[in-house]
Amino acid sequence: MNDITFASQLLQYVITGITIGSIYAMVAIGFNIIYNVTDIINFAQGEFVMLGGMMMVLFHVSLGLPILLAFLFTIISVTLVGVIVDRFAIRPIRQPSVLTLIIATIAASILLKGMAMFAWGKDPLDLPAFSGRNPIRLLGAVIQPQYLWVIGFLGVTVLLLTFFFERTIAGKAMRACADNPDAASLVGINVKKMIMLSFSLSAAIGALAGIVITPISLMEYDRGAMLAIKGFSAVILGGLGSFPGAIIGGLIIGIIESLGAGLVSSGYKDAFALIVLLAVLFFKPSGILGNIEISKIKRF
Amino acid sequence: MMKKAGKKALAKAMFAVSMFLLSGIFIFSCTSKKIDDKAEVYKVGAVFSVTGPTSFLGDPEKKTAEMIVEKINADGGINGHKLELVVYDDEGDATKCNLAVKKLIEQDKVSVVIGPSISGNSIAVVPVADEFETPLVSCAASYKIVMNEETGKPYKWVFKTPQSDSMAVEAIYTHMQKSGITNIAILSDTSGFGASGRGELAKYAQQYGITIVSDEQYDPKDTDLTAQLTKIKGNAPQAIINWSVGPTQVLALRNRSDLGMNEIPFYQSHGFGSRKNIEQAAGTAEGVLCPLGACNIATLLPDSHPQKNVTMKYMEEYKAKYNEELSSFGGHAWDAMYMVTAAFEAVGSDKAAIRDYIENIKGFVGQHGVFNFSPDDHNGLTKEAFSMVVVKDGDWALVE
Repeated sequence: MNDITFASQLLQYVITGITIGSIYAMVAIGFNIIYNVTDIINFAQGEFVMLGGMMMVLFHVSLGLPILLAFLFTIISVTLVGVIVDRFAIRPIRQPSVLTLIIATIAASILLKGMAMFAWGKDPLDLPAFSGRNPIRLLGAVIQPQYLWVIGFLGVTVLLLTFFFERTIAGKAMRACADNPDAASLVGINVKKMIMLSFSLSAAIGALAGIVITPISLMEYDRGAMLAIKGFSAVILGGLGSFPGAIIGGLIIGIIESLGAGLVSSGYKDAFALIVLLAVLFFKPSGILGNIEISKIKRF
Repeated sequence: MMKKAGKKALAKAMFAVSMFLLSGIFIFSCTSKKIDDKAEVYKVGAVFSVTGPTSFLGDPEKKTAEMIVEKINADGGINGHKLELVVYDDEGDATKCNLAVKKLIEQDKVSVVIGPSISGNSIAVVPVADEFETPLVSCAASYKIVMNEETGKPYKWVFKTPQSDSMAVEAIYTHMQKSGITNIAILSDTSGFGASGRGELAKYAQQYGITIVSDEQYDPKDTDLTAQLTKIKGNAPQAIINWSVGPTQVLALRNRSDLGMNEIPFYQSHGFGSRKNIEQAAGTAEGVLCPLGACNIATLLPDSHPQKNVTMKYMEEYKAKYNEELSSFGGHAWDAMYMVTAAFEAVGSDKAAIRDYIENIKGFVGQHGVFNFSPDDHNGLTKEAFSMVVVKDGDWALVE
């Protein structure tokens, strides 16, 4: 029972890595959506994840709503928070430079964190796993059903976003804003509306990540910053602004962390991910899938 | 004319009535409390991590300290002197903690400081207490807070109430020795608490004939410990010890259960001392062993236990006031507060006299043990301050 072969151990590390990496990837996608439209890094992205988990606990556990309804309400309420952040933190800034906008997102993240602390207290909260906690055994490794949910949610998110950006007018308009906001507004695209849309989309994806990770790792009010840092590393690794890059970056960081912790030294787990990040940036400063030409045009 | 006079009379009457009422309140307040308003106010400063990642320590500590001050003042203060508490929040940050202690001493002019909540911050403010010659009673665990390792003597102005990590380690190892466990794996977080516990575990292992076959670490904010536990599983230890505080303690239990490692006995540090942890572990905490102070297990103690009375009383008062489960960490503040009030009562507000008084406290029955301070021991506890406890049916039970 307690014997475990090296191969099974390896498999376990990779599965764990992919699960955690999927969460990093979702955070990274959220960063990219806002970055592409506004050129800013939204430091409140981690707080959206935290709020996703907390709201789900509120609707599903505290209010006892069925899981699907709670899920829907959570996504809607966190999306609303995203809209509010845009409306009250981003839009009122009179002379928006990239730097002031980024500082505004930091303020928003501190505010959201503080409000969550007062609303839910300081203890971590738990959410029941979507389909039980009976692990699936695969070649000696153990897979929690929730791991599959996490990976599945990442897949669904990617599919929906691809459809949105490639096939819908709103998605195309957002891409136009990303390319050139001035030209986009000349052809009649409401850039402000697109910025708001980018914030609500990012918030919704963040909420999704929060909902699926909470049954695995619990959620407390100050978890956001750590997830944001990991997600940001994934963005940089994959290439700022690139969606496939965000996913690859997130998964790579997750797997390296897990393998590093398991095979080398768990104390330096975070260091391995950062070493790989630095190495990649050293050889390809734009990230794995980033384009150096495009990043030169951007303001940040 | 008539109207005006009537108004005047009315105003006079109202003035008289209000004066009468006021004097009544004044007299009433004078007789109901024994606090002498002219006497010097005794001031205690406190620095706790009320918010931030270690708020689970600071929050019950602050609540406990406030509860005690309220109670003492309602009972007429200390020898007629009013007790005043000034609390600052260091948010778990050493720099903020340092500033807060300086502010307490220089601006608020407190006679004695209790806190900080965490070891790292406490070690950071030892020089401050020394510089301003102000007694400081820390509520954090590391023995380095009170022991100057260069001279082998305690720091003159610093005391602490929680048991040292080494006492918890010895309590666990003693239990392992009795159970015939020799090969163990340890898990610890990279915070000050985890790192200090890891050091102590390594230091005492040989003395108890124990070999550490696996030594894994993780970040206090980590979301998954499966990798570390998988590695441990590969080394097949007889028992696992986890040394951390906060949600990772619960994560370790859940991940262990996921990996089917429930048969390997699991020990937690004394940081596990909150029933919330058992709740959040959702059944995976069954059979987990940990060393706890009397304050966690007041209801389990036999009536003959010296701490039975004080721990039961504290538990009831805390529950009545805050309507939440007692956490053992508040008990550290309880011990510190009552030591300080005993000092005020005996010697007044002179800092040096308070220091000397605390250094000579003997047989003080507190929440976490019976304290016997001396010039060589500024903690005053032994490993007997811990009892081994096991999680049984979702609650604590004493290990025989």
